[in-house]
Amino acid sequence: MIHFLLRRLLAAAVLFLIVLTLAFAVVALAPGDPMAPSDPRIPPEQAERLRALYGLDQPLPAQYLRWLGAVVLRWDWGQSYRTGQPVAELLFDALPPTLLLAGAALLAQYLLGIGLGLLAAFRPNSRLDLSVRVASLLVYALPTFWVGLMAILILAVGLGLAPAGGMTSAAAFELGPVAAALDVLAHLWLPALVLGLSMAGDIARYTRNSLIEFQATEAGRAARARGLSETRILLVHGLAHAAPRLLQLASVSAPLLLSGAVIAEVVFAWPGLGTATLLAIQSGDTPVVLAATAYGAVLVIAASLAADLLLTRLDPRIRVE
Amino acid sequence: MSRPSLPPAARSGAGILCGLALLAATAPLLAPRDPAEQLDAAESSRRPPLSFLFVVRTLDREPLLAERVTVEGNDLVLERRSGSLRVPLAAVTNYSEQGIAERRRNWLGTDALGRDVLSRLLHGSRVSLTIGLLAAALALTAGTLVGSCAAIGGRFVDQTLMRTVDGLLCFPHLALVLLLAALYRPDTALLVLLIGGTGWMGLARLVRAELLRLKQERFALAAAAAGRSPAGVLIRHLLPNATTPLLVDASLRVGACILVESALSFLGLGVQPPQPSWGSMIADGQSHLATAWWIAAFPGLMVVAAVLGSSLLADGLSDRLAGLGAGGHGTRRRSPWAIRAWLGQA
Repeated sequence: MIHFLLRRLLAAAVLFLIVLTLAFAVVALAPGDPMAPSDPRIPPEQAERLRALYGLDQPLPAQYLRWLGAVVLRWDWGQSYRTGQPVAELLFDALPPTLLLAGAALLAQYLLGIGLGLLAAFRPNSRLDLSVRVASLLVYALPTFWVGLMAILILAVGLGLAPAGGMTSAAAFELGPVAAALDVLAHLWLPALVLGLSMAGDIARYTRNSLIEFQATEAGRAARARGLSETRILLVHGLAHAAPRLLQLASVSAPLLLSGAVIAEVVFAWPGLGTATLLAIQSGDTPVVLAATAYGAVLVIAASLAADLLLTRLDPRIRVE
Repeated sequence: MSRPSLPPAARSGAGILCGLALLAATAPLLAPRDPAEQLDAAESSRRPPLSFLFVVRTLDREPLLAERVTVEGNDLVLERRSGSLRVPLAAVTNYSEQGIAERRRNWLGTDALGRDVLSRLLHGSRVSLTIGLLAAALALTAGTLVGSCAAIGGRFVDQTLMRTVDGLLCFPHLALVLLLAALYRPDTALLVLLIGGTGWMGLARLVRAELLRLKQERFALAAAAAGRSPAGVLIRHLLPNATTPLLVDASLRVGACILVESALSFLGLGVQPPQPSWGSMIADGQSHLATAWWIAAFPGLMVVAAVLGSSLLADGLSDRLAGLGAGGHGTRRRSPWAIRAWLGQA
């Protein structure tokens, strides 16, 4: 187990380095000079001073090594061109809301997906089954930002079921801890649902297929022969059969969720990584954009590592390979 | 035995896509107005679907729009948002006994600048569909190329390419496209390059795996033993047998690329105004959501139709092609789900 763990960690570390290198290369090779004077009256020496300040006057390999060293050794992602604040600090504040949103969306997509998949699996080829199949294709086709806007229009503005955006109410600082948590929850459920929707269809289909497949296996027939109820066969034994792949699906959906989170955050004015990234993009704040993209990749690596480790607990056969 | 026809799902998917393509191709004929036209913007902005306005043409100024027109004495009274306006009948050029005959119907409403949503929608579908198709074609070509190189290029090439692919796949697709779009500020052609150029990694992995499997099949071994070069085996024997996942992926990818394009344009980094695209139209509607829902609602439906069409087609194709390959050289049934999961992205 220890050996396996170390191997996975090493692979993740190598992947992390590759990801950092790719991100740096993309930014360094892009055209345009962030330090070019925006006004002809600014003397060129000023730009030179700025370049020296940010280390942009050195050759690329030196810049790369310096940057990589700072990131790996001190988790120092440089300074924001816009505010001068350390990037790591800026993104550290933006990370928890994004994790909260993505986590809640993950939960929503599994609850919805497994629920619908179970419903469909009880009566294969029934009308209900067909509707779940069509619905799963449909929700995949819904663009997150558009569903978000329509949800705001109908559920938030029209029916008043949720606030139209943000993470907390204006008066949240006056609330006690329980009331504050409830306040965040009231803001959270709609974006999480919207974000979780697109993958829920895939999970429903996978759950359905896997449960129907299970009934034909020896384990499934044995369960039936023992006289277990249909509900118990599907809910307990069938889901246990589907669990490892469902978990793998979670790590696969991590990049999708994070992509979607950028959009959902913008639509719902959620103060997370996505909103910070977009602001940085609009203001040409390259260090923040670079760091935010790398953060996304790191989160994906971490998610896949976590899923791998959990998977070995669920299915010990994987360790042997 | 007669060849089984396409399953209904695939047929309806293909139907939707063909219909959209037809709409896009004939957009200049179908669109009631120029998509950029702004006539009397103060009066025509944010008009609801199916509403219409009278057009009053006069000798000395721009045409005027009005909700209602009545005749009072020698004047024509225009009921406008800003109040009523009197225009001498003598100055009106398109007045007849029946009143003002010229009306502009806003089938899907107008946007905040008074432009016709239907016309913009039709013209926008040309932009969105073209970018989606070209980007998908680019991703397909790049993915097949890299996957093939990895599969037959030997250990070093394989490892280099696949580790790069692993690294690139770690970036959430949209975040990567955003980063690039922020750095390059793309025009439409570059946008294709950007969306297609960031969407091939999953496919490369898929193609490589499929080719490695096929390489061990007897027909491929036999061809290699008969002295065909690796590239020859690849082109004559391996790739033709890998068309199942490629076709399914191509169909799915068109929808995925349209989604990415619309998301980018929504964030203001894709198609730039005044050129309409579905995503940028939704962005236009965002700030008028509560007062003019139609600006954002209809283009969203178009995106849904396009992506649904491509998923349905992919779904049906995978059923059909799996049926064809059954009993052959071990073609496994691959649902689009499995392929999408394998790609690690949509």
